[in-house]
Amino acid sequence: MFTSVDDVSARLAETGYLASPAVATTVFLAARLGKPLLVEGPAGVGKTELAKAVAQVTAARLVRLQCYEGVDESRALYEWNHAKQLLRISAGRDESWDETRTDIFSEEFLLPRPLLTAIRGDEPTVLLIDETDKADVEMEGLLLEVLSDFQVTVPELGTVTATRRPFVVLTSNAGRELSEALRRRCLFLHIGFPEEELERRIVRLKVPGLGEALTESVVRVVGTLRAMDLRKVPSVAETIDWARTLLALGAGTLDETVVRDTLGVILKHQDDIQKAAAKLDLDAL
Amino acid sequence: MTGVADRITGLAGALRAHGVRIGTGETVDAARAVEALGLADRELLREGLAATLLHGPGQRALFDSVFDLYFPRGVGGPDGAPPDRDTLRDRLTEALAADDRAQLARLAVEAVDGLGGYGSSAGSDGWSAYQTLDRLRPQTLLARVRSEVRGRGGSGAGFADRLLDDEIRRRIEEFRRMVGAEARRRVAERRGRDEIARRGVRPTADRVDFLFADRDQLAELRRTVQPLARKLATRLAARRRRAARGTIDLRRTLRSSLSTGGVPMRPVLRRRRPVRPELVLLCDVSGSVSGFSDFTMLLVQALHDQFGKVRVFAFVNRLDEVTGLLGHGRADPDGLSARIRAEAVLTGWHGSSDYGMALGEFAERYGGAVGPRTTVFVLGDARTNMSDPNLPAVREVAGRARRVYWLNPEPRDRWGTGDSAAPAYADLVEMHECRTARQLSGLIAGLLPV
Repeated sequence: MFTSVDDVSARLAETGYLASPAVATTVFLAARLGKPLLVEGPAGVGKTELAKAVAQVTAARLVRLQCYEGVDESRALYEWNHAKQLLRISAGRDESWDETRTDIFSEEFLLPRPLLTAIRGDEPTVLLIDETDKADVEMEGLLLEVLSDFQVTVPELGTVTATRRPFVVLTSNAGRELSEALRRRCLFLHIGFPEEELERRIVRLKVPGLGEALTESVVRVVGTLRAMDLRKVPSVAETIDWARTLLALGAGTLDETVVRDTLGVILKHQDDIQKAAAKLDLDAL
Repeated sequence: MTGVADRITGLAGALRAHGVRIGTGETVDAARAVEALGLADRELLREGLAATLLHGPGQRALFDSVFDLYFPRGVGGPDGAPPDRDTLRDRLTEALAADDRAQLARLAVEAVDGLGGYGSSAGSDGWSAYQTLDRLRPQTLLARVRSEVRGRGGSGAGFADRLLDDEIRRRIEEFRRMVGAEARRRVAERRGRDEIARRGVRPTADRVDFLFADRDQLAELRRTVQPLARKLATRLAARRRRAARGTIDLRRTLRSSLSTGGVPMRPVLRRRRPVRPELVLLCDVSGSVSGFSDFTMLLVQALHDQFGKVRVFAFVNRLDEVTGLLGHGRADPDGLSARIRAEAVLTGWHGSSDYGMALGEFAERYGGAVGPRTTVFVLGDARTNMSDPNLPAVREVAGRARRVYWLNPEPRDRWGTGDSAAPAYADLVEMHECRTARQLSGLIAGLLPV
């Protein structure tokens, strides 16, 4: 898929995803070693975006499994199309039961869900298992088979093994501790907040209209806020939102009034806002 | 490749010694990663090995310092004569003002080489980060760096300028870390890498001893509270689900078996009424154990949702209720102990802790807080400063509560030494050694009522 780490960064950058060296290295290794990639990190640093960008640069199909509490086998793997099976049974009245029985459990009546879809396909595929920590523990057991052998067992059909291994990305906000067994099967990548220089480049790329000086100030203020002990520190997504807000307001420079009026864009809790205001010497809100 | 293979296994071994679980599979992956990445770029190598060997973010700081030992930036000291202190400070100012990481790293190497060496005979010499920093004093450069940056007019006046001091402080902190890593590397060259990797590297935050944690480590510990609390909450919820199934109700099973002629066909399960357990916390917040009690209170506060009622009492030698100060959303870990000390009456005539007095006051004034559904946790080192331990008060509380646990941040072999009344208390209530966040979370998970 990729020839080198630099190749990864260059090609990801073409899609508008600026990868840190850590991200590029890990993506390269995941492709080279054929292992799933577990991406953890705070919300809004581009975990899901990474999977999308990889799919885009490798011209692969993106198959996404969004996890939530209660997601189960029939949502993740496959289901039988019962309605179609019933139709089939009532259509063929004059054949024997044995014939019907073998017939209605064939590929035609199978509804593949994301995991099976990703495994069965012949074309290059990126399988994104999003917010893995939201799924129940049972779901992890299911993933173990898929991720270690890239195969899925359908009792009536037998085992389906991938002819072409998908590139798998699992994301997690660490809302629940994932099992050691699952972690073992993956390469681990923690995407934290980017370095100042990288973040400046990201802002420049996403909000091109914002002036150079303002871009720098925005990144510096966000950096300071991140060093503080807040309930929810601002993420890259918030930096971009803020930059867009400032652009829309037509602010030329960052001054006290502008910051005070727009602090709500980057901070999501009232006590965080108060704390930040005190830190930045803003007048009482 | 054999040299590299040795380094990888050595690195994995050192990480294992610090409690990171690494199997053979990971080591093999690491070797494959090295093969794929090559050895040319050290930072790529670092990321690649981290991705294959680690399983969680908490181990990264540990990994980085061990990695620096096994895959050092270079060998020996820098070429040329060591620069004198003033030149170093000038160049450091420059590099800090420009935020030039590469230059800072070079300066760390030179500084340790020039200022950090001590001893002259083989066996007693070495390099000390402490001595380097003590002579170089990078923290005193703040004003100079500030005026340097302003002089360049790079960021000029304006709003962002008021952030400058914080930024410079962060850069200096980063430089201090570099010096530490460099000194470890130099010492490791002399003493053997494996030994330094096992002894000279800071452990992961959850294994730091509460009583000896410095400010940075405490801050890092606090950051681990939230995920820790969530982890415990999931575990408690799972335990509660299992416990809700209940046991067989013999009487009702027999009664319902009448219809089948006395043969108990279907067992009837005793239905359990879900009861939210109550929790009472007694925390010693005197200076000597403040890191410990701070951390524990934060953890309990984060676990708030799991309990019907949580009441927290703090004491030094007088006792006062601080539940209100810990209310939801008021988590301000920095000021917590300061606020508690400011707003609650915790000391009488002197400032050292007195367990007997405080426990007696609790039994007397807040005895009503403890009932048959209450689990009481006492947090403290049980050092009474030679005063009466007041065992009857503990006995009284223990008699009234469902369970009483005492978590002691001192190592078990020091209980009973000096003014410690730990053994006496341990006879009355269950006492556990609790020195690190890891131990604490294990204990809390095991001891908390379902």
